[in-house]
Amino acid sequence: MELLNVILVIFLILCAIAVERTKDLLSAVIIFAAYSLVMAVLWLLLRSPDVAMTEAAIGAGVTTIMFIAVISRTRRMEK
Amino acid sequence: MDDLIVKSISRMIIPFIQLYGIFVIFHGHLSPGGGFPGGAILGASIILYTLAFGAHKGHLKMPHHLSKRLESGAILWYIFLGLVGIWTGHLFLTNRAAGFFMGEPGEILSGGFIPLITVAIGLKVGSTIITLFHTMIEEEHDA
Repeated sequence: MELLNVILVIFLILCAIAVERTKDLLSAVIIFAAYSLVMAVLWLLLRSPDVAMTEAAIGAGVTTIMFIAVISRTRRMEK
Repeated sequence: MDDLIVKSISRMIIPFIQLYGIFVIFHGHLSPGGGFPGGAILGASIILYTLAFGAHKGHLKMPHHLSKRLESGAILWYIFLGLVGIWTGHLFLTNRAAGFFMGEPGEILSGGFIPLITVAIGLKVGSTIITLFHTMIEEEHDA
């Protein structure tokens, strides 16, 4: 369990760095969705299923769709 | 998006998503979850419908005047439940002393007004998310 926790946290940090480094905004949004999903699993491991459910519904679901709707109204690539 | 597979899968899966959202809302005082996650799940199901079937059909499913009424009605219902406490001579959002039905612990009809308030929060959050998404999609049509 300890090892799984460490792996998930390392993946989380890598995702956060990758979101900042990516020039393609659509890829950044997808990586951000993966970040939210791993964060939901981490909340579950921290014995907080309430927050995990909210994170999975809002963070991975609705926020991603909102970002994609915004990208479809503007440019896809960062300048 | 005009894809047969996406349309069939979402037509199959949307009732289960909505049933799960309603379950989460009604068990807000017994199990993890509550008004906010349940309402977000309900809103996400309508967003999935709009993504699969297009903005026009999504609007027909959840028109603006309906979601407007749901939003205002839910928050008014919440405030009304809070004011019941003041009318019976206690503080705002008083639960047991204001005479709400407490019931057996562990059943759906228990906990005073908590299930009623959770339903109000669920409706409010769900219709707000749907309105946000539909407004963004709508502007895309005009431009």
